[in-house]
Amino acid sequence: MQRVGVFVCWCGSNIAGTVDVHAVAEALKNEPGVVFSTDYQYMCSQAGQDMIKAAVKEHNLTGIVVCSCSPRMHEATFRKTAAAAGLNPYMVEIANIREQCSWVHKDILTGTEKAIILGKAAVAKVNLNAPLTPGESPVTKRALVIGGGIAGIQTALDIADAGFEVDIVEKKPTIGGKMAQLDKTFPTLDCAACILTPKMVDVAQNEKIRIFSYSEVTDVKGFVGNFDVTIKKNARFVKEDICTGCGACVEKCPMKKIPNEFNLGMDNRTAIYIPFAQAVPKVATIDPNACNMLKKGKCGICAKVCTAGAIDYTQKDEYIEEKYGAIVVATGFNPISMDKFDEFAYSQSKDVITSLEFERLTNAAGPSAGKLLRPSDGKHPHTIVFVQCVGSRCEACAEKGKEYCSKICCMYTAKHAMLTRDKYPDTEVYVFYIDVRTPGKNFDEFYRRAVEEYGVKYIKGMVGKVTPEGDKLKVQASDLLSNKQLHIDADLVVLAAAIEPDKSARPLATMLTASMDTNDFFTEAHPKLRPVESPTAGVFLSGACQGPKDIPETVSQAGAAASKVIGLLAKDKLTGNPCVASSNELMCNGCSSCANVCPYGAITYADKEFRMPDRTTRIRRVAEVNPAVCQGCGACTVACPSGAMDLKGFANLQIMAEVDAICK
Amino acid sequence: MQKITRDVLIDKASALLSDGTVSCVLGWKKGEFDYDVTPAVFTTHDELIKDFVFSDFCGANFSKYLVSKTKNIEGRILVFLKPCDTYSFNQLLTEHRFDREKVYAVGIPCEGMADISKVRAISGEGIASIDTSGDKMLVTTLYDDEPVEIAPCDFLAERCINCKSKKHVAFDELIGEDGDVIDSNRFDEVARLESLTPDERFAFWQNELSRCIRCNACRDACPACTCEKCVFDNPASGIENKSPANEFEEKLFHIIRAYHVAGRCTDCGECSRVCPQNIPLHLLNRKFIKDMNDFYGEYQAGAEVGMRAPLVDYTTEDLEPGEVFDRRDTDA
Repeated sequence: MQRVGVFVCWCGSNIAGTVDVHAVAEALKNEPGVVFSTDYQYMCSQAGQDMIKAAVKEHNLTGIVVCSCSPRMHEATFRKTAAAAGLNPYMVEIANIREQCSWVHKDILTGTEKAIILGKAAVAKVNLNAPLTPGESPVTKRALVIGGGIAGIQTALDIADAGFEVDIVEKKPTIGGKMAQLDKTFPTLDCAACILTPKMVDVAQNEKIRIFSYSEVTDVKGFVGNFDVTIKKNARFVKEDICTGCGACVEKCPMKKIPNEFNLGMDNRTAIYIPFAQAVPKVATIDPNACNMLKKGKCGICAKVCTAGAIDYTQKDEYIEEKYGAIVVATGFNPISMDKFDEFAYSQSKDVITSLEFERLTNAAGPSAGKLLRPSDGKHPHTIVFVQCVGSRCEACAEKGKEYCSKICCMYTAKHAMLTRDKYPDTEVYVFYIDVRTPGKNFDEFYRRAVEEYGVKYIKGMVGKVTPEGDKLKVQASDLLSNKQLHIDADLVVLAAAIEPDKSARPLATMLTASMDTNDFFTEAHPKLRPVESPTAGVFLSGACQGPKDIPETVSQAGAAASKVIGLLAKDKLTGNPCVASSNELMCNGCSSCANVCPYGAITYADKEFRMPDRTTRIRRVAEVNPAVCQGCGACTVACPSGAMDLKGFANLQIMAEVDAICK
Repeated sequence: MQKITRDVLIDKASALLSDGTVSCVLGWKKGEFDYDVTPAVFTTHDELIKDFVFSDFCGANFSKYLVSKTKNIEGRILVFLKPCDTYSFNQLLTEHRFDREKVYAVGIPCEGMADISKVRAISGEGIASIDTSGDKMLVTTLYDDEPVEIAPCDFLAERCINCKSKKHVAFDELIGEDGDVIDSNRFDEVARLESLTPDERFAFWQNELSRCIRCNACRDACPACTCEKCVFDNPASGIENKSPANEFEEKLFHIIRAYHVAGRCTDCGECSRVCPQNIPLHLLNRKFIKDMNDFYGEYQAGAEVGMRAPLVDYTTEDLEPGEVFDRRDTDA
């Protein structure tokens, strides 16, 4: 029989406000096994912990129940306290009477009643607890960064800087991401390429970093410190190690009418292409959907002009299996599709564009070589209307758009408006907004400069309708401050489209068993205290995959994620979780249900000899759990038809005892 | 009424025994009466001639016997499998419950098996002999010299009236022609129960299960119940010999059992066949099968070796738990 001590925490008034803590301590005194029960203002304080240690000595306690906050907060604290008092740390159970009780109840009677029940359940469980000892597992000293935008690049550089190997997997033919498509960056207006490309070159030159471009992650197995990842290198039909990036093939390729995705389809590229001049790796890629040689077996011009002999039409997709200790998700964002926003005539007029398309129009490497010309007729626009919050901050029930604020649009629109007025002072620039949100260092000053120095016309109100008429765009809008309807004949309309996580994020989250919110942004382990870690151990978050972010924020988060990765990879061994599954061989049928559901591949089968009651021996197929690989998820214990599989620390009997205690 | 005769099966078994392909035969053995046929192991031609039978009362599914027999018999075992038995056979192979190499499976056609309680309801008690060789069953009782004639539609077991498949999904050798999977009406009765109110449904099961005497026959005959140690026999499980707290708690045995075999039950109907109290236990299992079909797409346990039952499989297209409730609401 255990000798259980119960310690009820007030948490100041957090618990004591809606739970009669004395009554809880009194009631739990009568539970089986309980030899000591008390309450205290702050159990987690040094004085509270000392109280627990003293009680262990005085009453020869073998088990401890702390009725306090969520075990996610202080379970580790009290386990350490128990260890310091000479107990096995796994003889501690927490009854969560704060988040699950005092915070959700207003009435002290019901709150107290529930706290007592939760305490009884914890006592019932601790009575069946057994000492557990964690195992250790090694750490593979290499990190994987998924996504090669500025977030992935910065994370990889920081990890490599600490001396660890990093692989970047990027699904596009080049790293650089969205930042490579931008023209200038707020609030300093330095050119995006000028500050990004040195980092891209750094990545290419860094001996610790490998780039898998035009590749994707197809399978992830294993656990923190020991991930087994399968990377699919898509066939680019060009030998990466031989291609010099001279561009001769691109010049001669006869298939010249392929929409250029780097310029968002505003101009064309060839079937064999290099996305942009500073691409890393600077290697050509053949688009298999456009290449005549690959589709019909006719042409072969690029192979003829390639002096290096890098073209290989027979190249196949290649699967690479690699081990990693940590994985950083940096899958980034995309502007949402404008298909559902018919009122802005995006699909009817070439002169209604998104902000990212505007970036390309003003970029020196863009389709108009940096001159701001209308996509329809190549003329200078004299009136430009910017529309903010297109698809951002929509009502929750809205069928189109997102509920959240995309965060970056106010600043880039101010930038676009300012730059337009700076280069083309004869242009009228209107910005329609719901609110202008510019917190951040030097951000508000930036926006005010656009209004005050550059004379951009900011109008509070939304654009209701854009109608193409002749070569003009009739913009119908409301000015909320003067309560007027406005009609503007615009030459160009720019939509600040909301941003959303990349479509590849959802399947990736499933592979990583990392959680996501309803908008498909990755969830952080704690929104305030662990913002760059996923709740899944060993998986870290960098950049806009976690939420809308601008470049300065992305870069600082990338550095934070890198420091977390470095902290992990610097360890030689990881202390495991002792709450792992184990199979009772005498009951195991060998049916493989458990192995089929195990997400970590922790279960194997062995033929073992058993002595039967009639003294014969029989060979039976039984399950074996590798405790170093098992993460204690418990899926196997549910799948096991015979009840042979059980989870240490969360045994079926313990759970039943808790349920019984609650229902008693 | 069976198209295949005892002699054909004995010839096949004797041939395989004499050429050394198999060392023994798992077959049906004559009992005291014509209808109490039991499974037995035969090792010689003489034993087969003496006791082997094949009639409308050979409903027993041999698949489960292979779990123990393959472990304590040397050499290969000949087993005769009716189409429905082959599904259990595959399901047990999926679960690695016996060594396929130790079995020689002969698929035999089946015209449906008789339910003795239906026969008795027509003929009356005191059955002396039953002749099943003709199209109609001839039942002679102690009280009448004239045999009673019973047509198949009146004596076939419920599981055979709603036969799900005449196709053999596993065999080494086939006697006769193979059939097809049948689009049966086996879920009609489940649908009827679903349409009842919860109170009516509870009353139905309370009534049926009140007859249970906990003889464990259903569990012992069930080919999905092959655990090395059944929870109901395991003192460490905390539920063995637990005295019921109310009149319905004992009945939870059947519900727990239905959960245990969910996704693995092939709907062979052995549970209802062996129940001495004629409780329609197969309806519990069919409810699970129907729900799984509705929620995750058609799934027949045992159709192939190595299949993943929807309950222990995960795909990104799987129904979210919330949708299960939504669907239930729209169905109702």
